[in-house]
Amino acid sequence: MNQEKIVMIGNGMAGVRSVEEILNLRPDHFHITIFGTEKYPNYNRIQLSKVLQGDTTISDITLNDWSWYEENGIQLYPGETVVRVDTEAKLVQTSKERIVPYDKLIMATGSLPFIVPIPGADKEGVTAFRDIQDCEKMMSVSKEYKKAAVIGGGLLGLEAARGLLNLGMDVDVIHLSCTLMERQLDETAGSLLQKELEKQGVNFFMNKQTAEIFGDERVEGIRFSDGETMKTDLVVMAAGIRPNVSLAQESGIDVNRGILVNDYMETNIPDVYAVGECAEHRDVVYGLVAPLYEQGKVMAARICGEPAAGYAGSVLSTQLKVSGVDVFSVGEITEDEETKTIKMFDDWKGMYKKIVIRDGKMTGAVLFGDTSEGNKLLRLINKKADVEEYMGAAEEAAGNMAAAMADGELVCGCSGVTKGTITTAIRQDGLTTFEEVKACTSASRSCGGCKPLVVDLLAHTLGDQFEKADQKEPVCGCTTLSRDEVVESIRKKGLTHTREVMNVLGWQTEDGCSKCRPALNYYLGMINPMEYEDEKESRFVNERMHANINKDGTYSVVPRMYGGVTSAKDLRKIADVAEKYDVPLIKVTGGQRIDLFGVKKEDLPDVWADLDMPSGYAYGKTLRTVKTCVGEHFCRFGTQDSISMGIAMEKKFERIGTPHKVKMAVSACPRNCAESGIKDIGVVGVEGAWEIYVGGNGGTHLRAADLLCKVKTNDEVLEMIGAFMQYYREDAVYLERTSVWVERVGLDHIKEVLADKAARDAFNTRIDEALSVTKEPWKEIIENKKIRKELYETELVSLTK
Amino acid sequence: MEKTIEKVKAASFQEMPEKIGQTIRIGSVEIALFKLADGHVRAIENRCPHKGGVLAQGIVSGEHVFCPMHDWRINTTDGKAAAPDHGCVKTYDVKIEGDDVYIFV
Ligand code: SRM
Ligand SMILES: Cc1cc2nc3c(=O)[nH]c(=O)nc-3n(C[C@H](O)[C@H](O)[C@H](O)COP(=O)(O)OP(=O)(O)OC[C@H]3O[C@@H](n4cnc5c(N)ncnc54)[C@H](O)[C@@H]3O)c2cc1C
Ligand code: SF4
Ligand code: FES
Repeated sequence: MNQEKIVMIGNGMAGVRSVEEILNLRPDHFHITIFGTEKYPNYNRIQLSKVLQGDTTISDITLNDWSWYEENGIQLYPGETVVRVDTEAKLVQTSKERIVPYDKLIMATGSLPFIVPIPGADKEGVTAFRDIQDCEKMMSVSKEYKKAAVIGGGLLGLEAARGLLNLGMDVDVIHLSCTLMERQLDETAGSLLQKELEKQGVNFFMNKQTAEIFGDERVEGIRFSDGETMKTDLVVMAAGIRPNVSLAQESGIDVNRGILVNDYMETNIPDVYAVGECAEHRDVVYGLVAPLYEQGKVMAARICGEPAAGYAGSVLSTQLKVSGVDVFSVGEITEDEETKTIKMFDDWKGMYKKIVIRDGKMTGAVLFGDTSEGNKLLRLINKKADVEEYMGAAEEAAGNMAAAMADGELVCGCSGVTKGTITTAIRQDGLTTFEEVKACTSASRSCGGCKPLVVDLLAHTLGDQFEKADQKEPVCGCTTLSRDEVVESIRKKGLTHTREVMNVLGWQTEDGCSKCRPALNYYLGMINPMEYEDEKESRFVNERMHANINKDGTYSVVPRMYGGVTSAKDLRKIADVAEKYDVPLIKVTGGQRIDLFGVKKEDLPDVWADLDMPSGYAYGKTLRTVKTCVGEHFCRFGTQDSISMGIAMEKKFERIGTPHKVKMAVSACPRNCAESGIKDIGVVGVEGAWEIYVGGNGGTHLRAADLLCKVKTNDEVLEMIGAFMQYYREDAVYLERTSVWVERVGLDHIKEVLADKAARDAFNTRIDEALSVTKEPWKEIIENKKIRKELYETELVSLTK
Repeated sequence: MEKTIEKVKAASFQEMPEKIGQTIRIGSVEIALFKLADGHVRAIENRCPHKGGVLAQGIVSGEHVFCPMHDWRINTTDGKAAAPDHGCVKTYDVKIEGDDVYIFV
């Protein structure tokens, strides 16, 4: 069969989305070829902001992976640019001299970042923020340099600024106007936003025009038009984008600001279409994905010969993707003589809402601080609703909004998913959780802004079934059961083995996965510490090997150093071992201990034998370190013996299995030199008493610990900690740090439970029982030939030639 | 160049632990050897297609092994990484004669 040939120029979000639409309508009908300058498959450009902010990684933002192209018979040429189009002969020519004929041509070339044309803009250290390469460049510069300047205080610039801040740089934002994001926000919202970002650490130069970037080869600083200068090591240009139209222009296609298209995305040349940021429709060039996806849908219908209404333009809505800042804007945001507004402003809490009304109809809105109404406003403004409808709807519960929507109305603008698609999927595929809806329909896959509405739709569609279903998060993809259901069944049915749990509870995989196996192994051991035999094969590598695996497959060894206190004898042993086994790196850790990195797997048991010290469990879901400060014996401010307290805590709780790692610290006064305020359990000595803090975390999601209680004696400290630890062991989800757990169940609730002396005693009896059966793992391994052979030896086999 | 396949003895079947990978070094190649829950033995290259993780140390489930480095799921029978990841490792034929486990390299 001679298939009709579609050639697409541009492998980006709008283009590939259109191809998906075409494949939906007429699978197998076309032979599709895609050229993309970038060497990646289609990825989610929107998420680059999150990559820069460290919330996700480049490998996680692929939208269509290589196999998708393969499976759909699409010929993809990544890293290849189309340099010439011959609309007479109907063919394209590429940077690699390839010539491909087409029946229909789609231009989806996107935009180019606007590089402000000033002297020095070509220096090393100047970058845009548009693609993966730019992102990688910023990340690598941040490793070597300290100061960054972002030109442009719009959406893109601010997201870049927040990312650079997370990368540890000092960030200045330079903005031409006196309000941030002035195209989406009014002055009030703009200045609230500026204050919030200043609080987060961004510095602003408002009302400033950049005149020159100076430096030798590399940028060293910026000179403004008023003569003032500033120093910087990196300049990010986020001053806007320009439709990428040069190829179209050279090929005789009509171009104004963008490639001119009609309501069906057709250009002036027959069989040539344009879609996405490169296209100009009714005088508007769009720069957000929701309208581009609408364009793609209309174009796909046209190409497939399906009847469909033309594209009539879109109302734009914006959300800033910066954590801790909730901003939403839609439609018209400025007032004039003919408009009226509804406004609410709470300067104290930093909340602001404005709705713009023209002739009684809603035409725009700005929200700051609380954006939960965003979806509702977007919907009403899109259909130019009467303000009365909003006033009435304001009193309705959120669920009613989900009910009120028509089936054809869009829920997820980014992926173009309607209410009807979602409710049908929920009913037909029996979906019960937000994650399932997301996986099945792609709603909420891009910016996540519509999540609340999707959850409302689930509630609305499922009715009574919802509460039960949605509350629970399954243990993993192998089951629909939640942690609580699994733990309850283990207790009730007396299950004793991971295989048994999976069989009895109807696991969907025969042998579980890397998520549920370690979790089940933990729950079984927690419930029945005396009888349960730990399953090595269900342990993550570090806990199975009792050492941290390094990137090259060697291991690191951290011996126990109670309370961070060591001795000349131990230091000498460590030094001897390091020499004997050629240890490539000896390092003092952030937990007040010494780490020997790069030990070969085969050497581990011998290293431990020579050290003759207990394992520091630097790898385990258990008590890690107890950091201590010097305390009363040496420090002039010390009120308590923090070292002895810390050592007692470490000796008592070492080796106990916990849902996630547990870190402790003891300081002898509120100066807190051992950083007790960011530990799972932090103890602070004050005159005549100890304060106990819980739920602190110094890791990915920094959280200050909460004061649990104040006690007088060392024994009371141990009693309180024992009870807290056991409650955490019994109640938390596997891999849930205390910081998350405390937040989930509530500090007041924990205080209440632990206030009861009888409850504390019961918890302590149970944790003591669990502690009584723990064994020093390194010693056990050294003495057990079978384990040594199974886990640590490498079989060397020689070839007979 | 002619490539000859050689049959080498790598382990004792009885002594192999279930669902815990063994590391075998033959010349310059490292092989991860697994005894699956159903008693089948599989041999694959001990190098994850992602960033070279040591697959012998991964969690074994059915005929899959989860790489200990970043949790890619690799099929020990055909060597392929499960979607959405991409790539594959070399697999080696295995034969069991009596208690002897042989690998063909
Ligand atoms: C060795 C050490 C860094 C150093 O050289 O100082 C270290 C090294 C690792 N940390 Fe850490 N962390 C070390 C102190 C810390 C600290 C500081 C502290 O404990 O006072 C923190 C922040 C405090 C906290 O946890 O609240 C810390 C927060 C993390 C996190 C983030 C945890 C979180 O809940 O957000 C991870 C990832 C995880 O556990 O999932 C992590 C994971 C890791 C791992 C195990 C990564 C891995 O899975 O392979 C690193 C092992 C490297 C290796 O090859 O051995 N490490 N890590 C420190 C060992 C301390 C010790 O003596 O045991
Ligand atoms: C950091 C960042 C954050 C963003 N955040 C949001 C957001 O929160 N919400 C939102 O709606 N939008 C956001 N956007 C905008 C959104 O990403 C774009 O609107 C969308 O990607 C445009 O799609 P497109 O297909 O038109 O262009 P692109 O995705 O840019 O794709 C065009 C592709 O064509 C290629 N190309 C160009 N010329 C040729 C040629 N001659 N031959 C071969 N290939 C060619 C280009 O290399 C490019 O890969 C953001 C953008 C960025 C950069
Ligand atoms: S911060 Fe911790 S986890 Fe991250 S690289 Fe350093 S040691 Fe590894
Ligand atoms: S190296 Fe195996 S998953 Fe990354």
